[in-house]
Amino acid sequence: MNGSPRPAASPPQVALLTATGICKHFGDFTANDDVSFRIGAGEIHALLGENGAGKSTFVKMVYGLLHPDSGMFEWRGAPVVIRNPQHARDLGIGMVFQHFSLFQALTVAENIALAMPPGESIESLSDRVRAMSSEYGIGVDPDARVHNLSVGEQQRVEIVRCLLQDPALLIMDEPTSVLTPQESEQLFGVLRRFADAGVAILFISHKLEEVRSLTERATVLRRGQNVGTVESRKKTSKQLAEMMVGMAVGDIERREQGVGEPPAIFEISGLSRDRETQFSTPLRDISVVARAGEVLGIAGIAGNGQDEFMEALTGEWRASSAAMITVDSHQIGTAGPARRRQFGIGFVPEERNGHAAVTSMTLADNALLTGHSLDNVVRRGVIERAQMMQMAGEIASEFDVRLPEDNPLASSLSGGNLQKFVVGREIIKRPRVFIVSQPTWGVDVGAALFIRRAMLELAAEGSAVIMISQDLEEIFAISHRIAVLYDGSLSEPVVAADVTPESIGLLMGGSHSMDEART
Amino acid sequence: MITLSPRKTIPLQLTLLTPVVAIALTLVIGAIIFATLGYHPGEALYQFFVAPISRPDQVADLFVKACPLIIIASGLVFAYRANVWNIGAEGQMILGAMFGGWVALTFPDLSGWVMMPAMIAMGMLGGFLWAMIPAILKTRFNTNEILVSLMLTYVAALLIDWTVRGPWRDPMSFGFPLSPMYADAALITRVYLPGFGHLGGLHWGVIGALVIAVAAWFVLARTLTGFQVKVMGDAPRAGRFAGFNPSLVTIMVLGISGAAAGLAGMVEVSANMGQLQPEISFGYGFTAIIVAFLARLNPLAVIGAGLIVALAELGGDSAQIALGMPKVVTGVFKGILLFMLLAGETFNRFHVRLKMPVTAVREVSDA
Repeated sequence: MNGSPRPAASPPQVALLTATGICKHFGDFTANDDVSFRIGAGEIHALLGENGAGKSTFVKMVYGLLHPDSGMFEWRGAPVVIRNPQHARDLGIGMVFQHFSLFQALTVAENIALAMPPGESIESLSDRVRAMSSEYGIGVDPDARVHNLSVGEQQRVEIVRCLLQDPALLIMDEPTSVLTPQESEQLFGVLRRFADAGVAILFISHKLEEVRSLTERATVLRRGQNVGTVESRKKTSKQLAEMMVGMAVGDIERREQGVGEPPAIFEISGLSRDRETQFSTPLRDISVVARAGEVLGIAGIAGNGQDEFMEALTGEWRASSAAMITVDSHQIGTAGPARRRQFGIGFVPEERNGHAAVTSMTLADNALLTGHSLDNVVRRGVIERAQMMQMAGEIASEFDVRLPEDNPLASSLSGGNLQKFVVGREIIKRPRVFIVSQPTWGVDVGAALFIRRAMLELAAEGSAVIMISQDLEEIFAISHRIAVLYDGSLSEPVVAADVTPESIGLLMGGSHSMDEART
Repeated sequence: MITLSPRKTIPLQLTLLTPVVAIALTLVIGAIIFATLGYHPGEALYQFFVAPISRPDQVADLFVKACPLIIIASGLVFAYRANVWNIGAEGQMILGAMFGGWVALTFPDLSGWVMMPAMIAMGMLGGFLWAMIPAILKTRFNTNEILVSLMLTYVAALLIDWTVRGPWRDPMSFGFPLSPMYADAALITRVYLPGFGHLGGLHWGVIGALVIAVAAWFVLARTLTGFQVKVMGDAPRAGRFAGFNPSLVTIMVLGISGAAAGLAGMVEVSANMGQLQPEISFGYGFTAIIVAFLARLNPLAVIGAGLIVALAELGGDSAQIALGMPKVVTGVFKGILLFMLLAGETFNRFHVRLKMPVTAVREVSDA
């Protein structure tokens, strides 16, 4: 990260927003417990915490979407009850959400007009957008249609939409989760200029490096409590992580492979897939091999064909020729998921709820979901229930899945615990090939570490691991080789030790040659 | 503001108490309605709930009434669990009766050992094939199975009407639209209970219905087939990921529910009528939908739900006969009963909270 360092500011004298003793309960669950917080004009302040730590709950209260059960907000020194988002905007609080709310078929200016008070013509609005764009270097074309914009550009539209309302406080909910490193860096530049202009920015994230690079102060939430407000740059990433998790965080080590090329176990050659709907990405002539003992990282920004590729790997979509995918030289391109599992392949798709797992069913039933074509858990069509229960129990104990009761419903597990279960469900079978998409998406730091370690161990035993991930930190943490999926094409894999995140980031943004990337 | 949140655990006492409360509320509201309309409330409720089952043979007849409902609902449970909306059980039932009738009328000399299995198989085949029309249209062309299966009901009704007025009419029926009577081997006999003899109209089809409900429960709860059905209904994407074929499951559940309805049609004619006639069902195929949902799509609970709905039907008849109560009033009362049972079910599964919009935050003016 190469942004110009700003002096670490001491706590501002005049607070823009002060929160005192904010509590919020949902049923028995305490989402925010006595949270106090202050942010001053022109300050970039991080709200840091694991998933479920209460960050979103807190900012939703600031934005008037939720109301605290007790506690008080003060705006510019005066107590205030923030009734609803409209009220928040009137006060001067703007928010950019993680998920955009843009109409794909409309132009940028039309989308912005929808959020503005009526009466202004599209033309004058377009002029204002252009003026703001050039003032802050945002680069938004008011006449562009939203469906032609990249995710990063769409996010900038959301930001412009917020800024036109002239906020004094801008809340950004995990804005970099959809961006390449280059796009993130651009965004940070824009945010720094806002801050220089006096706008306070509340920046929600769980990525430690960017918090340290962008923000002056960070407030860390853990289980709904403020465990401390610190000066971001005076802490190491590890210290911040330990504050978030509340315990010492171990490191994982990627064992480098020995000399010589290990044998290819899993091979894809010339895999193509037509565009099926308006919103899908075609796959273009993908060829790659996964070797014994390696983690092959597939980097790329969401929407570049990850879902289509994963479906082709699992067999939910079948290739036109069996030879397009082989495992141990068995041709499986036209086989379905159950058949592929019989060849020793384990899969974990990105979406836990309703894809990797059925949330309305018990863990034993969920173990059956990917186990029914294996071993003898089904005898003459009848499910061996005792065996499934035992299997679910073994997965839970071996993969540290914390259970609220015996054989609970999948829906009663937290995201991290369910993810450990669906990953463990496959790894416990010691698959020859393990294919996973976004293994630690929305998972707390402890669980993410556990999952990554389990994948590395599996690879060390001689299996091939293919990991599709949008998280570049994760890709670099455990991959031996890295390939990039961009617009349905897969780049030639490169050895992870030979490249930098920035060069991979270039490929993710659409540079075509690896030479360009190899710096 | 009222919020409903799913209960994490449902205490057993609550599950047992809910239907009792639901029925008690029905009695109170029913009594008020009856009294308002000038009927003696005690007498009316007696006719509804006690008169139809005051003798052992009447209890047996309650089971006879519930028999087609239990068979059809046991099949429908499969379709609804898979999120496939077969609304055409009525038509599938009619086709089952016709296919079974074809065996009985074409081969009247078959012995009982051949006749009955053949009629059962053909009855199921009739319903199965009729359900295959929406199944194939849905899997091939993505048509809506609700519309197709429902509309085919009216086709089926006209089909049986035509056959008993045309090709299958008994020449000796003096012009009535009736087929010839089935041979004895084609009739389902009544059950002989040692010590009781024959009880009302209790026939072997009733025993079959109970066996079918238990079998349906076993398949749904304990086999891979049932697991596929449930996964496809709850999370179709997870089902595809598991390697299940969505089209196959759609065809299978429509086939199962169609075959069950067809069997019910064949049994109904063979046990209670002995010949085909223009009307062989009295809305059983539609009432069974209510039964399936009242049972929360659990085949074992279908037995109880079938009996409750059958009792409401018989009670309605009894009140009409004994008190001259209009059919619409008995219909309203049946509606209240079902409403209360389903509402109780909701309160059983969800926690209801009244939430005050004002929070504990001190209300102060925005400076």
